[in-house]
Amino acid sequence: MTTTANAPVLIDAACVTKFYDTRKALDNVSLAIHAKEVVVILGPSGCGKSTFLRCLNGLETVQAGSIRFHGRDLARPGTDWRPVRQRIGMVFQSYELFPHLSVRDNLLLGPVHVQKRPRAEALRQAEGLLERVGLADRLDSFPRQLSGGQKQRIAIVRALSMNPEVMLFDEVTAALDPEMVREVLDVILGLARNGMTMVIVTHEMGFARAVADRIVFMDEGRICETNTPVKFFTAPDTDRAKRFLSRFLY
Amino acid sequence: MPDIDFEFIVIHLPHYGRALLLTLALGLGAILGSLLVGLPGSLILHFRAPVLRRVVAAYVEFSRNTPLLAQLFFLYFGLPAVGIKWSGFTCALTGLTFLGGGYMIEALRAGIEAVGRPQIESALSIGLSRPQIARLVVLPQALASAVPALAANCIFLLKETSVVGIIAVADLMHLTQGLIGLYYKTTESLLLLVAGYVILIVPVSLLFSRLEKAVRRAEFG
Ligand SMILES: Nc1ncnc2c1ncn2[C@@H]1O[C@H](COP(=O)(O)OP(=O)(O)OP(=O)(O)O)[C@@H](O)[C@H]1O
Ligand SMILES: [Mg+2]
Repeated sequence: MTTTANAPVLIDAACVTKFYDTRKALDNVSLAIHAKEVVVILGPSGCGKSTFLRCLNGLETVQAGSIRFHGRDLARPGTDWRPVRQRIGMVFQSYELFPHLSVRDNLLLGPVHVQKRPRAEALRQAEGLLERVGLADRLDSFPRQLSGGQKQRIAIVRALSMNPEVMLFDEVTAALDPEMVREVLDVILGLARNGMTMVIVTHEMGFARAVADRIVFMDEGRICETNTPVKFFTAPDTDRAKRFLSRFLY
Repeated sequence: MPDIDFEFIVIHLPHYGRALLLTLALGLGAILGSLLVGLPGSLILHFRAPVLRRVVAAYVEFSRNTPLLAQLFFLYFGLPAVGIKWSGFTCALTGLTFLGGGYMIEALRAGIEAVGRPQIESALSIGLSRPQIARLVVLPQALASAVPALAANCIFLLKETSVVGIIAVADLMHLTQGLIGLYYKTTESLLLLVAGYVILIVPVSLLFSRLEKAVRRAEFG
């Protein structure tokens, strides 16, 4: 959406290699994410998209390579991930709101218990964010009372209420009924317009094209192609990407 | 229908009252004790604490697979041989807690395991620490889903109190056996016995079914 090539690099992953037991899930993946950039990762199932995102906030450990963030290498053993995770928010496919807590308490958990912010201030911010995603009246609801699309928007707000610098989205509309996909994608588009740095994994090709500054195409644990959205969707450089895209033509 | 000797019932009502209180104290004490054993035990199993986890696993197997009667005999008749002499009540409370602890560990562990990995990852992703996750995310959900199993264990323990007469603890069953032996008033004694257990167990059972409903409504709709 914006030209970001000259912006400073926020996360710099270099030669990241990850094994699950003997199975190589990431093979020498290098990707620099610039401030305010929206990177969309595409690729066939099992190519390592989720694994890569999870490595960026320490849900998986890597066996080789480096992930530089604010001057530190997160890939080194002994990294204290808790401060990092406050700056790199993540939203999951299955929402994972806390079912025993109201929307209010879901949103306050991080700001109050992790960041030790005053409850009243955190609540004001949460209310503002809820307003932005169109759910201002849902503060007292429980997750079970919400639709999938509403849950996912709350999950996005939960991550945003930590004031992260980067947001990671892993197929956040994949579990939704088609009529709810739009409301969630609109929220993400809004974030992009406001200059949020994001790494997005999605199977929604139209959305990818609309939101991305850069498309990263992965296959078999490797980055095959990095391109602008226009070029990627009209004339991709690699045959693998062509074959991948042909599957989305009806 | 045999004649019922109401005078006998009235005369012995106070005895049953006392036995009921003792059984209640024993049962509630055992429930409390076994929960106190169960919570840390289940956490040790869940977090796979080195060494401790083997001790706990062995304890669970041992406590659940030996008859309470044998455990009580060991405490009451075996321990004095090594110089430890406890009252019947202490032995009964210890035995029931030992037995219940194993069951509570299993019930709570199953509840904890029902909270999936994705919930924990989502808690990690907002920067919560492991102890915070256990306290704020896992345990509330684990307790809620464990309520039915915990309830079954509590009622099981209340009923198991009926064997402690074997080590001369004057609980409801012990009193009843004594009265039948002395006066041959079997019907009256058994009536009082059943009434005693109903008074003991029905409130607990009702309490738990209300708790179960409340929890289900609050947590999962
Ligand atoms: N916890 C795990 N243990 C073992 N292997 C795993 C694990 N998670 C993922 N893998 C394997 O690693 C590879 C990459 O998986 P990953 O989930 O990152 O793929 P993906 O690109 O996100 O796929 P999808 O589009 O289906 O979500 C796959 O071969 C997968 O089977
Ligand atoms: Mg995935």
